[in-house]
Formats: sequence, C-alpha cells, structure tokens
Amino acid sequence: MLAYIVRRLFLMVVTLFGISVIIFVLLRIVPGNIVDILFAAAGYVDPADKANLERELGLDQPIVVQYLHWIAGLLRGDLGYSYVSEKPALDEILPRIPITARLAGLALLFSASIGIPLGVISAVKQGTRLDYALRVLSLSGLSLPSFWLGLLILMASVALFGTMPIFNPEPKTWTEAIAIYCVPAMAVGFRSAALTMRITRSSMLEILRQDFIRTARAKGASEASVNFHHALKNAILPVITVIGIEAAFLIGGLIVTETVFNIPGVARFLVEAIRWRDYPIVQNLVMMIAVVVVLANFTVDMLYAVFDPRIRYTD
Amino acid sequence: MAAINYDSELKRAGANATHGWRRLAFLAQRHMLGTIGLFFMLLFVWAAAFADLICRYDPLSVDSAHALLHPDARHWMGTDSFGRDVWSRIIHGARISLAVGIGSTALGSLFGVSIGLASGYLSGWVDLVFQRVTDILQALPLLVLALIMTAALGPSLPNVIIAIAIPLIPTVARVIRANTLALRELPFIEAAKSIGMSETRIALRHILPNTLAPLIVLATAQLGSTILTEASLSFLGLGIPEPFPSWGRMLSESAAEYVRTAPWLVIFPGLAISLAVFGTNLFGDALRDILDPRQRG
Repeated sequence: MLAYIVRRLFLMVVTLFGISVIIFVLLRIVPGNIVDILFAAAGYVDPADKANLERELGLDQPIVVQYLHWIAGLLRGDLGYSYVSEKPALDEILPRIPITARLAGLALLFSASIGIPLGVISAVKQGTRLDYALRVLSLSGLSLPSFWLGLLILMASVALFGTMPIFNPEPKTWTEAIAIYCVPAMAVGFRSAALTMRITRSSMLEILRQDFIRTARAKGASEASVNFHHALKNAILPVITVIGIEAAFLIGGLIVTETVFNIPGVARFLVEAIRWRDYPIVQNLVMMIAVVVVLANFTVDMLYAVFDPRIRYTD
Repeated sequence: MAAINYDSELKRAGANATHGWRRLAFLAQRHMLGTIGLFFMLLFVWAAAFADLICRYDPLSVDSAHALLHPDARHWMGTDSFGRDVWSRIIHGARISLAVGIGSTALGSLFGVSIGLASGYLSGWVDLVFQRVTDILQALPLLVLALIMTAALGPSLPNVIIAIAIPLIPTVARVIRANTLALRELPFIEAAKSIGMSETRIALRHILPNTLAPLIVLATAQLGSTILTEASLSFLGLGIPEPFPSWGRMLSESAAEYVRTAPWLVIFPGLAISLAVFGTNLFGDALRDILDPRQRG
C-alpha cells in the first residue's frame, strides 16, 4: 500500500511538471504579448518604450530562463505579478477562490442529492415509462449547454420577479444568498446531476442482477431494504468516482456560468486573464486546476480502498 | 470481442427479420429513442448541407433598418441587433457545428487510435512515454485545455477544430490501448504470428478492425461534447470569430442584455445547440447498446 502511494505521488509530480512545461510553452507561442496589446491600444509605438517594458516584465529573456524563474517562484510560494493589475498574482487569485469553491460545493451537493435518488428510482423501475422519462431527462442534462441554462434562468427571473440577481459578495438575506449562490450552482450542477444519475442507474442495474440480491429477497427482506441496504451500498463505488472526478471537472461549467451570472470567481478570471495575455495569472491558475484534478483522482482511488475492503493496492 | 453482431442481437430479441430494410426497421423500432436521435442528427446534417436553399436571407448581410425585429412570418426567428435574419444564421450555424464536431472528433480519433495501438501493441518504453503524455493531457478539463489551445493558435475554424481535438486524444488512446492489450493475447493473433505475418500487418489488419466497435461508440459520445465545447468557446468569445454564425457566438452577443429586450436571440441558438447535442447523445446511447452489449443499461 505504502509503495503504491509513493509511486502515485511520484507520477503526480511527473504529470504536474509536464503540464507546467506545456502551458508555459503554449502561452508563449501566442503571437503578441501583453506589451503588444497595450501598445496597440495606445496607437503610437516607440520601440524604446516597448523594449523597456519588455525588460521590466522579463519578456526579453530566453524562454528557459523565464520558465525556471516561474518554477523557482512557485516553489517559494511567489506566483509573480499580474501584468494587468500589477498586483501580486496570489493576491488576485486567493480572494476569488472561496466564491468559486462555494459554487462548486453547492453544485456537487445538488448533483448528488438529485442524481443518486433519481438513478436508484430509474434502475428499480427499469423499463417503465418513469424510467424512460428519467433517462430522457438525464440525457437532456448532458445536452444543454450550462451557459444557456443560466441565460434561461435569468430570463425566468426577469419574467417572474422583473429583475435579475446581481452578485453581492456578502448577501444580507437568505433569499439573496439563494439567488446568488444556489441558482448558478444549479445551472452548473444540472449536468453533473445527469451524469451521476446515469452512473447510479447502470451501477444499480449491475448489482440488482446478482445472486446476493435474490438471496436477500428470498429471505424476505423488504423492497426498500433490498434496494437501499443491499444494492445501493454496493453500487455506490462508481458513483463516488464520477462525483470525485466531476468535482475537478466542474471548472468548465463554472467558467461559462460565472460569465453569465457575472460572478467574480476564479473561473471567469481565467478567461479574462487569457484574453489579456496575463501570463502569470493564466499559468498559475491552470497549474492550480491541474493540482486539483490530480489530487481528486488520487483521493478517489484512496476512497475506493476505504469503501471496498476487497480492494488493496499492491505494487 | 465487441464486433458488430446484428444476428445475435436480433435472435436475442426473438426477431425473424434478417435482411436489409426489415432488419433496420426492427432495430429502429427496438431503439425508439435512438431513432429519434438519428432523426435530429439527419435534420442537423440536412440543415448544414442545404443551408443556402433553405434560407431566404443571407446570414451575413447587415440591415440596420430591420434590427431586433420580433419573430414574424418574414423572419421566423426575428432579427439580431445588426438586422441579420436569425433563422438563416441558425441554419448556416449548423455547418460550423458540424464541421467542428466531425472535424475534431475525426482528428482526435485518428491520433488517439494511432497512439493507443502503438502503446498497447508495442508496450515497453513507447507505452510508458505515451501513458505519461495521456496522463498530462487528462489532468486538464476539456474546456480549459481547449481555451488555452485556441488562445495559443488564434481564433479560426481550423484552429478551433485542432484545439478541441487534442483534449480528446487521451480518452481514445486509453480505450484503444486497453482493447489492444486484450486482443493481443487471443489465439487468432498468435496464429497470425505463427504464419510469419509482420507486426505492422497484424496491428493494422487484425487488431485495428476489432477495436472499431468501441471506437464508434466513443466517437459518437464525443461528437456531442465537441459541439458543446465549440459553443462554450465561441460563447466566451475565444472560438469562431465574427461574422461567422456560430451558435455559441450568437449567444455571447445576445447574452444578459437581450434577456429582457429580445428573448428570441437567446432562446433559438440555445435550442439549436441543445437539439443537435441531444440527438447525437440519444443516437450514441442506442449505438452503444447495439455495438457494445456488455455496457447495456
């Protein structure tokens, strides 16, 4: 087990190193840097001014030096300075994280609390009209772009209340908090709820076919006990995987939803930074996302061993 | 292996139809949802193919005198802020979605299959290197990687196709590799080796065709997510540039501000994206049930 964990940790470092190289190179093959953008807006370009600014930002140095500079900083906890605001990148990123984390947490909560029960119902009622309706619903959840769902919600809000929710970092009332956090979280979580439901359904169906379920029924266990106590308990493992991996991949939905609802979270900040070619922000944010994904994968694998005593990692 | 076997599928269902159209009609009836999905897909392809014949108006022609018109008999879906006909832009937008969907899925599959086949069949250091590369690519969500790629390559149709194709590669490579590893141990491969067939020929003639079924299932599933990703990229303003009528782009122009004043600019493009993706998802599900019965839900 220990050897397995050590090996996994080593591979995580290799993966993160690979990502850092790819992101760094990709951002620098982009034609035009921040200096070009700033000067294009100004109209007139004095080459000496441009060279000065490039030197100040370290853009005149060889790419390898720039990379080493970044990594050395990362290891010291120094993420560099944002090109746009000229503030430390860390101060720009940190305050935005709680907003996005809250949205992501609520979205996951929504997807588990909707997706798992509906998946169980769908599996238990396999082949009925209810099952069909739920399957179509879950497929539609995977087909609706979350930004469109967000726009539809805004439209409904205008039609019902005559107004749109405007983001306020410190909501004063409960209703305001719900409007600001829960509604966008539902727009993000709808997709993962659909995914959770599909996985729960197919995993439940797999388990319900097995002998021990027949045994449970034969000894006279109630339907509810069979479905929840015997079946769901054994079917939950793949569901945990999906929720765990979705936790990291929610960022895609968060990017567009934060844009629609005008929420100043870290996901929308990534898009803004990409538009502005704000390298320090983009590369650090992408590294952060990669760390979250890699850790989520690792945690899911470890949870497997906890939830299923038959699984023991040996290597 | 998961080869296409309609006969066993039909016998299992107790059907007598064994030929041509009757067999097809039977499968269509058995997989109602898949048939509906196929219908949406054909509608989508039809719109893309005959866009010029279907629409009366040019999707790009600006007419400020007729800006933001409500849907009526002349403009079925109204007009946008430049006076362009929304119906015509949506029909022409099918071309972009289809081009990106098919283009990036095909490109991703091509590279994914090559890598997966090489990785699974050759093993050793080739496998090790490819495994690490797929690990790296899989550590970033599809949209994030596609965003960085389009930012690096610049916004244009071919670049968007490449940007969306690259994140698809690892998934395809993983599936093909796993299949190749399983196939490699089977007796017919051993037989091929024993009669002195070359490694390349075994890989291409014996292993590759046997990985087709899972590949088709995976590619159909990916088709929907590529269309969604293009829409998201364009919505964020980093996908297909103006004035091309991309569905996602149409929503970014009309976002929040038109929610109040011109809801038709929000409803119709989103509906187009959803129906196209919904159709491919429904069809993909049915196809998976038929081609890969082990995963049947």
